[in-house]
Amino acid sequence: MHELGIAENILQIVRQSVPENLAGDVRAIRLRVGQLSGIVPDSLSFCFGVIANETAMKQASLAIEQVPIVSKCRDCRHQFQMDDFAFSCPACQSVQLDLISGRELEVVEIELAEEEDKVP
Amino acid sequence: MSVITIERKVLEKNEQLAQNNREVFSRHGILALNFVSSPGAGKTTILERTFQELRGSMKIAVIEGDVQTDLDAQRVAKYGVSVVQIVTLGGCHLDAKLVQDAMANLELKGLDLLFIENVGNLVCPANYDLGEALKVVVLSTTEGDDKPLKYPAMFLNSSILIINKIDLIPYLRCDLNVLKNNALQINPALRVFEVSCFTGAGIPEWCDWLRKKDPSGL
Repeated sequence: MHELGIAENILQIVRQSVPENLAGDVRAIRLRVGQLSGIVPDSLSFCFGVIANETAMKQASLAIEQVPIVSKCRDCRHQFQMDDFAFSCPACQSVQLDLISGRELEVVEIELAEEEDKVP
Repeated sequence: MSVITIERKVLEKNEQLAQNNREVFSRHGILALNFVSSPGAGKTTILERTFQELRGSMKIAVIEGDVQTDLDAQRVAKYGVSVVQIVTLGGCHLDAKLVQDAMANLELKGLDLLFIENVGNLVCPANYDLGEALKVVVLSTTEGDDKPLKYPAMFLNSSILIINKIDLIPYLRCDLNVLKNNALQINPALRVFEVSCFTGAGIPEWCDWLRKKDPSGL
């Protein structure tokens, strides 16, 4: 349960990426969060809301894309999504697997409101 | 809406610092191990046993991570190893910056082994690289044989599994083979040591592996 620390890291990355005078225009921060990242999306969104509320980014929220665990078998080249953490190839039972996705914890993009989006 | 594309890892700062730590360890020829487990699995007791076994043959330091107190640092200091205590004051894991700061208080020259004993927690420490050569996950038989399936990321990210308290097996509903199979299902490359800190079983094999100082030799 370290979502608060992760939320602080996200806020810092956004601060470094958006000019200060536009911070109030940040509406959404798109994240990619892998199923192996150890992050609970709801908890992260909650923590982010709490700390963003103390800043100019009051109207910002997280848009989290959850990334499934995908592996590729080194023996038969079969690529498959893993739903039950059974780390063996469903086609040939090999355990020689390369993890293709699932560890992501990335800020992808930031959406800013433009003049016409703003509530007067 | 206008969009700013970023594509940055949230933990990039930690990863950079971990890489710096790794380079420092490599420059000094230090094998650094990140010890992770739930609270009470026996990390500190395994370290005490290890220090008894390796006393005089290897130069060892320990970084102790705890939420509160320096009790663990007091325990291991008795064995003549250098020890730095990190108190996280509530923090659920160590990060690369805390380890970097702790390293500043250690004499690294001539050191063979550095044990970083993480905060007892099978969730959060899994995703923070500290710059270690590998993670060692300790699981005790009293915790039950289903734990690898419940905390898969920790077992996937570790290279060594030490199963502790094997002397208690006769009194428990914990099946050692089921425990091992569950762990190997998550991570077939895990090297497994079975130990009892009470009887000393398995400690010599574990220490023989440490003496080789070869993290690739699993």
